[in-house]
Amino acid sequence: MLASQIGYYSLILGLIFSFTLSFFATKDLTSPSKKIDQNIIVLSFLQFFFVVVSFLCLIFSFVNSDFSNETVFNNSHTTKPLFYKISGTWGNHEGSLLLWLLVLTLFIFLFIIKSINQPKKYRISTLLFQQIIIIGFFLFVLVTSNPFIYVFPVPNEGLGLNPILQDPALAIHPPILYLGYVGSSIIFSAALAAVIQNYINSEWAKHIKKWVLISWIFLSIGIMLGSIWAYYELGWGGFWFWDPVENVSLMPWLTLTALLHCILVLERRLLLTSWVVILSIASFTLSMCGTFLVRSGILNSVHTFANDPARGIFILIFLFILIFLSLGIFFIFHKEQYKDNKNFFWLSKETSILLNNWFMMYFLSVVLIGTVYPIFLDVISSDKISVGPPFYHKLIIPFLVPFLIFMVFGSRLKWIKSEISNKNLLIIFFTISITISFLVTKNFQVDLFLYTILIGTSLFLFFTTTVEFFNRKKILSQTVAHFGFSLFILSILLNSITSSEVSTNMKVGERYNYEGGEIFFKKIEEKKEKNFNSIVGHFKITDNRGDIFNLKPELRVYNQPIIITSEADIKTTLLKDNFLVMNTVKGNEYFNIRYQVKPFMLWIWISVLLISLGGMISFLRAKNEK
Amino acid sequence: MKNKIYLSVVIIFLIFCFVIFYNGLNSSNIYTPKINTKQKLPIFEAKDFYSNKSISSEELFKEDIFYIVNIWASWCVPCRKEHKFLMELSKSENVKIIGLNYKDNLNNAKKFINELGNPYSKNLTDKNGFLSIEFGAYGVPETFIINKNKTIVKKFIGPINKKTLNQIMQIIK
Repeated sequence: MLASQIGYYSLILGLIFSFTLSFFATKDLTSPSKKIDQNIIVLSFLQFFFVVVSFLCLIFSFVNSDFSNETVFNNSHTTKPLFYKISGTWGNHEGSLLLWLLVLTLFIFLFIIKSINQPKKYRISTLLFQQIIIIGFFLFVLVTSNPFIYVFPVPNEGLGLNPILQDPALAIHPPILYLGYVGSSIIFSAALAAVIQNYINSEWAKHIKKWVLISWIFLSIGIMLGSIWAYYELGWGGFWFWDPVENVSLMPWLTLTALLHCILVLERRLLLTSWVVILSIASFTLSMCGTFLVRSGILNSVHTFANDPARGIFILIFLFILIFLSLGIFFIFHKEQYKDNKNFFWLSKETSILLNNWFMMYFLSVVLIGTVYPIFLDVISSDKISVGPPFYHKLIIPFLVPFLIFMVFGSRLKWIKSEISNKNLLIIFFTISITISFLVTKNFQVDLFLYTILIGTSLFLFFTTTVEFFNRKKILSQTVAHFGFSLFILSILLNSITSSEVSTNMKVGERYNYEGGEIFFKKIEEKKEKNFNSIVGHFKITDNRGDIFNLKPELRVYNQPIIITSEADIKTTLLKDNFLVMNTVKGNEYFNIRYQVKPFMLWIWISVLLISLGGMISFLRAKNEK
Repeated sequence: MKNKIYLSVVIIFLIFCFVIFYNGLNSSNIYTPKINTKQKLPIFEAKDFYSNKSISSEELFKEDIFYIVNIWASWCVPCRKEHKFLMELSKSENVKIIGLNYKDNLNNAKKFINELGNPYSKNLTDKNGFLSIEFGAYGVPETFIINKNKTIVKKFIGPINKKTLNQIMQIIK
């Protein structure tokens, strides 16, 4: 109760500080002094501090199960474990927006204190652009999604957090994803400021690169955590469903990846300036667009009833204001320093990065169209369609082949003018890859030609990047990231062709023989936890090679709200995952059992970590260069 | 010059997107039935909230007075807010309020009533939500006014407030 009050007033104070900060910053923009006004730094800290206070108050209300707070009432329950009470803070609309604000203010504060070597006018302009975003979000939170609304009479008990969200991976997934999403706001503000101050040069590229890397690393890891969660909690054994909510996190990732490469060109050769600016703008607007699509309920067919259309309209208008503002600034202030096209030699690193951009733009448009097309169609013709995985697979997979081949060559090229070295070695690698791939693929019942080429080209990239680890002249970060990417594609492909599944109904004591071995349903055991009761099935699986596993999938009956979830039991080894999930069959002593063997699952996660590790190495390097 | 053409194309495209999204928002509930006012009351059979006995719609609406059907749930926060207006309405002699407990947990729902009072002359359970869909409901809470000819004459989407309460009072007078 008290915490809610404090939280609410801190938010208002934070908003007031934002206005004061903007005022001081505008004044300081024209002052002759070379140093930034000390007040600005203090105010920026205060703004961040009050958002932190407000956020802590909300956490406190959650921990204390203070049901006089509407957000807590809607999303918590006294029997929930402490960990999920805390993570419940950002597991809902209001709290997650507060988290947005927290990251927004944190990043601008860090930016101001970390950019001392940059020109003053540029720093202040960045601060001002960021303030536009921050004020917009403050108003959004306070007007439409106040997390501190008072409920009277005070309910005795809360409604509980959706059990499928009560999961460790998902508890830390939003904050990490948001660091990536919202981190791109700094890139957005900085790019606009740099355009206005005519500061788009290699100095700026060097400085903004670190910020791009931070967002990119967090976004990569955040997306991975989300898909790990989907893998073992949703119980289908898949890890990516091309769901709109997943797609909206992928879109900024694609533009950030393109931006990351462009920045390198800008740093070395002062080319592709328009690309850099547009990609910076696009990364953040796509993140915002994602927030809009997810939060407004425009996408969900399983709509939440309490969804307030005012929220959607607010964020839509705000989004378009930002887009128009940034486009206006781009068209008015941006001057191409060099004629881009004339300075390109066809076989050079910059050309290959430009090509990489076009590939990214292609993937982006596929994902974007797949995600928003159903909305457009619904509004224009009221036809309802949903776009599923086949659409994305058909459009993306064929382009992976040239993309992978080009990654092999592109990363070997030098700046300005280059030629391909070690041609013979490459030809040998290519032949070996295709041969191995053919020998592997022909054992499986899949499209031989397509998979031979796909696996072949990813093996090709795999081999060539492996060799680069021994080449001291190569940049380690790039090698690690590209190696990770080849491993990623390779694991996905091998996983998709070698996975097998058995599905059957069984009761306790039964044995079931399938092609690859035997499943024995030993017994069931009941357990009681604080916030759920569970039924644990004990299974023994003996496969043909004589390996024996014991797997214990669970059915959980959560008490608040009453929802049954099924927890898969996964035995992960280096080479494969054994995945078992059970479900009740209505009014029957039988359970539905699904047993999947999924090779190389672990490598999918490891390769994403490797890709991010490449980013981290680059980040540490960039830091030391200073 | 070239820049200006680009700019105008981009702006026109963005405005187009904006309009689409804006309209999309207003019709964001993808599967929604049409608003059924001036429609005959559906004929149905439902379980009573307390006794779990079946009641037919004829029996339910047999008296020659106005009826109000209110769709509610204990998990629905706006329902909490509108409850006091329902309590006020229940004092009127011209009308009977029938509650339709939408996709709810029975214990929570009973707690809700015990805590805030019972304005309903009869309460029905709608565990799977079919009955509410039959009525053409968009969500919870929603309130339907049924006249003496057993026709739905007015429907309110969202919680009842001071203003809508007065409107209802006008209709049932």
